[in-house]
Formats: sequence, C-alpha cells, structure tokens
Amino acid sequence: MTQTPFVEIRHAQKSYGTLEVLRDVNLTVNRGEIVAIIGPSGSGKSTLLRAINDLDPLSAGEVLLEGVQVNKTLPPRAYEAHINEMRQHIGMVFQHFNLFPHLTVRQNVTMAPKLLKRLGEAEANRLAEEQLAHVGMLERIDYYPSQLSGGQKQRVAIARALAMKPKLMLFDEATSALDPELVEEVNQVMKRLAEEHMTMIIVTHEMDFAASVCDRVIFMDGGVVVEEGPPSVVFRTPTQERTRNFLRKYLEGAK
Amino acid sequence: MGLDFSIVPSFAGPLLLGALWTVLLTVVSAVLSFLGGIALAVIALYGPWAIRLPARFIAWLFMGTPLLLQLFLIYFGLVQIGIDLPAFVAGVIGLGLHYAVYNSELIQTAILAVDRGQMEAARTLGLSRPQALVRVVVPQAVRAVVPPIGNNMIALLKDSALVSVIGVAELTLAAQLAIGRTYRAFEFYAAAAVLYYVINLGMEAVLRRIERRIRLSR
Ligand SMILES: Nc1ncnc2c1ncn2[C@@H]1O[C@H](COP(=O)(O)OP(=O)(O)OP(=O)(O)O)[C@@H](O)[C@H]1O
Ligand SMILES: [Mg+2]
Repeated sequence: MTQTPFVEIRHAQKSYGTLEVLRDVNLTVNRGEIVAIIGPSGSGKSTLLRAINDLDPLSAGEVLLEGVQVNKTLPPRAYEAHINEMRQHIGMVFQHFNLFPHLTVRQNVTMAPKLLKRLGEAEANRLAEEQLAHVGMLERIDYYPSQLSGGQKQRVAIARALAMKPKLMLFDEATSALDPELVEEVNQVMKRLAEEHMTMIIVTHEMDFAASVCDRVIFMDGGVVVEEGPPSVVFRTPTQERTRNFLRKYLEGAK
Repeated sequence: MGLDFSIVPSFAGPLLLGALWTVLLTVVSAVLSFLGGIALAVIALYGPWAIRLPARFIAWLFMGTPLLLQLFLIYFGLVQIGIDLPAFVAGVIGLGLHYAVYNSELIQTAILAVDRGQMEAARTLGLSRPQALVRVVVPQAVRAVVPPIGNNMIALLKDSALVSVIGVAELTLAAQLAIGRTYRAFEFYAAAAVLYYVINLGMEAVLRRIERRIRLSR
C-alpha cells in the first residue's frame, strides 16, 4: 500500500514567454518534513514555491496537497472558491513581510480568521494572543507594523500565517531582508515550528540554517532540481558538479 | 457712502445661519464625494464594463463641464423629467459627485501604487480578490491620499458658494440677502469672507487631526 504524499509536485513547468523558469520539476514532501530549497539567484526557487499555492500558476504540471490538486482547472468562480479554500491550509511568509500597515499587529493576525472562519471577537483575540505569544510578540499586540523592527515584523507575519492553522508553511527567504543581528530571532521561531513538526518548505540562502533545521535539501539550478538529499550529504558530499560550484561560491562569499 | 461695519452685527443671526448651512452642505457633500470617490475608483479599475461605462460617463460629465452648469442641470433640468429635488439635495449631489470624480482619480492612482505584496499576502491567507481589495488595498490607498483629498475638500468648501444660485440659503446667499436690504456690498461680502476663512481654518484643523491619527497606520 502506498501512502499519499503530503505535498506532491508533478512535472512542474513554467515559462515567462520564451524563458523557461521551471522545467519538469518533481518533488514530494512528507507530512512533518522540513525541506530547504537552495540555489543561485534566478534558478526558480521562488517560482516553484509560489506555484505551490498557485500564486504564480504553473504553465504545466500539478501540485497536490494531501492528494487534492491545488492548481485545478476549473471555471473561474469554482476555481476562486477552491483556491481560497486551499490557501487557508497553506501559510506563506515573504521576504518583505507584507504585513498590512493600516492594521495593528492584533488586527493583522485576526483579519483572516474572522473573515474566513467567522471567529467572534473574543475568540479571535484569544487566537491572536496565543499565536503572538508563540512568536514572542505578545507585548506588541496593539502596535502598528511601522513601529516594529524587521525581525519583529517577520515574527508577526509568521503568527498571522499560523493563525489560519495551516497544514503547510512556505517560507521565501524569510530572513534575507533583515539586518544580520535580527536574523536569529526569526530563525528561532522557525526552529520552534520545526520542533513542533510543522511541514515546511523553506527557500533560503542560509546554508547553516538549512543544515541544522532541515531534513532534506533541494538544490535547484536553471529551473531543474539538480540534487537532493539530507543536508549532511548535499552539503558535505554533493555528487553534482553544479552543486559543488554553488557551495564553493557560497563558502567564498561567506568568508 | 463710506464703509460702515457697524451694520454687520445686526445681521449676525442670518449670516451665522448661512455659515451653518455652508458647513452642513460642505460636510455632507464631502462625505458623498469621499465614499463616491472610492466607489468610482474601484469601479473604474475593477468593475465589469456594464458598470464601468456609465461610471466613466459620470466622470466625464462631472470633470468636463462647469460645476455651475451641473447644479443648474440637477436642480432645474431634472424637474422636467419628473425628478424634483430640494435645492439642498441638488446642491449636495452636484458638489458631492463633482468632487467624487476628482477624489476617484486620486484614489485610482493610489490603489495602483499599493505594493503588490499586499494583495499577495491577503490572497495567500485565503481572501478572495474583492475581500482583499476592500480589507487591504483600498484602505491603504485611501490613507495615502488623505492630504490631497483634504485639499479637494477645501476647494469643495469654496465651491459650495455656487450653490447659492439655486437658492440654498448658505453663507453667500445670506450675505447677498443682507446686501439687498442694506446696499452694503463691501461690508457683507467681507463679513462672509471672514466666516469662510474661519470655516476653512476649522476644516484644516480637522484634516490635520485625521492625518495625525493615520500617521502610524501607513
Ligand atoms: N513575472 C515574471 N516575468 C518574467 N520573468 C520572471 C517573472 N518572475 C520571475 N521571472 C524570472 O524567472 C526566473 C526565476 O525567478 P525566481 O524568482 O523563481 O528565482 P529565485 O531562484 O527565487 O531567485 P532569487 O534567489 O534571486 O530570489 C528569473 O530568471 C526571473 O527573472
Ligand atoms: Mg526568490
């Protein structure tokens, strides 16, 4: 008996005009698994991640979450209902946080649960407090995003995504826009999520973080998965020349 | 006949009443122009063509023709097709729609300038496009254009004097009535000017407060 994979990407292909950004990418992620996607700039990491919740629709191929196809072909209205439902299960964290600046931290967290899950005021507040405590941002619950540091904003953005109780979390370079001294506080939150067995797909440029937190590393280049495996293998004994080149450049850059 | 301002206080009652009507006219028209501006902006950008075309016609009509003519048309013209509006209502509709069109232009530009990451973040949480527009994009766009909309509202206050021609007893008409009785044009127009200026100061104070209140949420 074969178990349905938690997330499955089949023959993902994406082109912008004549530019082929993803060419036949296949990927499965198991429940509770933490997968890092690494690779040079422009290799298609974000495009792949954003295809998972159909933010950047694929040109061809399928994305499935627990066996349900996310990027179904449906009439516009049916597709809207379907994708909005699917996205409630897929949290996403962006490089530039994308907090809603006109809302307080509390309102950022409660908006979607109130609107989409019909939570009452008290229940929504309890949820916000719980999620914000989890990321260490409870004291700032009534601040506006403009009053927060980058690391604090990103932690609130994570709490906002978690408030929808997603099954899967996607991170697109969650710490790349942060000052170096603020990276760690966000990494800590992500590590905690990992310990709680949240399924995560993490696009990152931070190899140390990927090595210490992730179960599997995917190295992408030129729109294909070049190599994948446990971090100990991919980082220490990569089999592909392109992976070795990339890691060498990364190490030189880090020095 | 020299200038003699001693006559003005005896008309203080009618003048202040006129000022009150001016304030009322301005506030109601401003609210209409604000809400109408948001609606017209959203329709212009996202409405289906069946609504977008009439909206564009309204925009063209109210932007391309004089406000005075619009007021005449709404008050005297519509009667002929059976729409008999009280002068105050006609004035509010004229002023409100006229400035709604100008506000809509500002808001449209601001909506397009909202970072697309905002729409993406909202959609990612599971909000539909209309929900994301209403909850996330439009509120930010509106906040961004509060200062220029404020300028429009000051212009609206001054243009409210035009509504005197359809017989709304606002400040300008109150001054004209006093002049009709006393032939003291300079004194009463000057008195009206002072009152307009005071209302103007009040509006600016309110606008500054609004700007201060939204400062953090931008
Ligand atoms: N909307 C778009 N239109 C055209 N080309 C695009 C678009 N979005 C991405 N691309 C191109 O697709 C390729 C892959 O982009 P993607 O953002 O997935 O790369 P990435 O691996 O995330 O890179 P980075 O590490 O710089 O974030 C790049 O060549 C990029 O220029
Ligand atoms: Mg990227």
